[in-house]
Amino acid sequence: MSLIHRSSSLLKPLAAGPASLLRRPFSSATDDDATKITVETSVPFTGHRIDPPPRTIDTTPKELMTFFVDMARMRRMEIAADSLYKSKLIRGFCHLYDGQEAVAVGMEAAITRKDCIITAYRDHCIFLGRGGTLLEAFAELMGRKAGCSKGKGGSMHFYKKNGGFYGGHGIVGAQVPLGCGLAFAQKYSKEDHVTFALYGDGAANQGQLFEALNMAALWDLPAILVCENNHYGMGTAEWRAAKSPAYYKRGDYVPGLKVDGMDVFAVKQACKFAKEHVLKNGPIILEMDTYRYHGHSMSDPGSTYRTRDEISGVRQERDPIERIRKLILSHDIATEKELKDIEKEVRKEVDEAISQAKESPMPEPSELFTNVYVKDHGVE
Amino acid sequence: MLGVTRHIVAGRGFAASMTVLDALNSALDEEMSADPKVSLMGEEVGEYQGAYKISKGLLDKYGPDRVCDTPINEAMDHIINSAAKSNYMSAGMISVPVVFRGPNGAAAGVGAQHSRLCYINDGGPERRDADELPCMAVSFKSLTWGKATAEALDSSFCLPIGKAKIEHEGKDVTITAFSKMAGYALEAAEILEKDGISAEVINLRSIRPLDRTTINTYVRKTNRLVSVEEGFAQHGVGAEICASVGEESFEYLDAPVESISGADVPTPYAPNIERMAFPQVEDIVRATKRACYR
Repeated sequence: MSLIHRSSSLLKPLAAGPASLLRRPFSSATDDDATKITVETSVPFTGHRIDPPPRTIDTTPKELMTFFVDMARMRRMEIAADSLYKSKLIRGFCHLYDGQEAVAVGMEAAITRKDCIITAYRDHCIFLGRGGTLLEAFAELMGRKAGCSKGKGGSMHFYKKNGGFYGGHGIVGAQVPLGCGLAFAQKYSKEDHVTFALYGDGAANQGQLFEALNMAALWDLPAILVCENNHYGMGTAEWRAAKSPAYYKRGDYVPGLKVDGMDVFAVKQACKFAKEHVLKNGPIILEMDTYRYHGHSMSDPGSTYRTRDEISGVRQERDPIERIRKLILSHDIATEKELKDIEKEVRKEVDEAISQAKESPMPEPSELFTNVYVKDHGVE
Repeated sequence: MLGVTRHIVAGRGFAASMTVLDALNSALDEEMSADPKVSLMGEEVGEYQGAYKISKGLLDKYGPDRVCDTPINEAMDHIINSAAKSNYMSAGMISVPVVFRGPNGAAAGVGAQHSRLCYINDGGPERRDADELPCMAVSFKSLTWGKATAEALDSSFCLPIGKAKIEHEGKDVTITAFSKMAGYALEAAEILEKDGISAEVINLRSIRPLDRTTINTYVRKTNRLVSVEEGFAQHGVGAEICASVGEESFEYLDAPVESISGADVPTPYAPNIERMAFPQVEDIVRATKRACYR
């Protein structure tokens, strides 16, 4: 393939066409917010009581590169957490998100930090998406002062209030009523913001979900219930847990959309669509068809209830990062080597954050008693 | 169930000891084998072999009709209001022969929402006569991989409800505890022995009904009491024991009752403060010495 190097300041891109004929230096690609690239989602959306959005979406080289880096960082963080857990630097429960990155990244691309996100315990990547740093994440996982919850929360209890992230919850499904409450507050304050309440296919059968949904629908709250359907509730496959695993339809009177959760553009489009919808019409359900490569948690190998073929099949056919890599390469936005270099950089970033986190001390003993009562009143 | 292992060479010449996990598994197996009307139902009990592998092998052995994987559901209201109260409300007509078994208590590093649930009855892996009335048997998460006592290995071993067990007799002070804390209390007793204090350890086993008779009988003998529990002090087991001993055996007490419990805070994650949130062996030793005016 012949490569033509041109300085981006001398040559403007061809008006409406893709950048495929011009070979751009990498740095300009990451800044290129102007070149329009049209992509199509892998599959069309399926609607329940609603006309789905179109499957063609416009993007830019900058956005593509950002998606790649963000997802690569999340992927690397989770894999590093796996090793840290095995070296016993992380204790207790640790639920990893690798495979599901497109949901976190696509959602973030469609919203602002004034919109809220609340999720369950598979929360490390959502935290990162909301502006959390790798240091805060690793330090929290290792129970150190520099952690986002000062070491007091652990893996399942990450928060970032100034980024609109309300945790980080251990009890299955409990975050959904809380999310509807956040939406209530947003409506009450007359903000034009919305809340995304995430839950899994296992939690989708929880009664409190339906109680909260009923109220959200009754009061037209700007609540978007997002079912991250990775097809297994711990070790139980969806068809063994739900009479109707069409989670986007489970809202009955509440409209829903089924989305390919491994396609970051589909996720972005759906979230954008959902935000506009709920601000006018009350709640909607988004079902993200996604997949986790790891087991339910670090104590689950993840291979007793699903085949290794299935796992590697998804990795080959649907991996969210690979999809973006192919798009970037096919549009000549960057070379294979450049992308590999980015991944190396990300790996370094992660390693540095881990070393820094290891330097952070454990919380002061006095922290045992803080944050219980107002101004630590009365704790003995 | 405790940190104590007793190896016994059983009849056929093999050393008998097993983990609590295996003991629980064999108890379930024995019960299901003995009575075809006994079934097992819960999240991940079947194909997953149990969240902590406690029901390993049972699905294969007894089939999907008797071992049922359920979707998630919230049971607490029904445990309290339907299961526990039906026999009473119907004047004996409706029986609820159910054992609610689950992991409880503080495990290491699981944070605030997974460290304290309410527990009604603490029992071991032994058989339980839940003929008509439900009971809730909880085993402490962190003990699942500990060693079960040898007696429990006998298939006809049956634990009576409402009876505490004297794990270790002593002269100077009585320590009451249950589950993991019973193990800690035994360790503390060993340390205290070296310091010339003969501490008795009572393993409560049954929280409700509480074996007040045994507790009072032994406190009347030693005249000093230390209660240990992982749970919160307020409205806790120790509080009830203090009340009982205060009512029944006040004149026999030579010192105020010492009650050690978990810190009145949600469980933190960081290991240093997590450790501070729960009683440790050295806390039991200190409190026992205080009770002995040492």
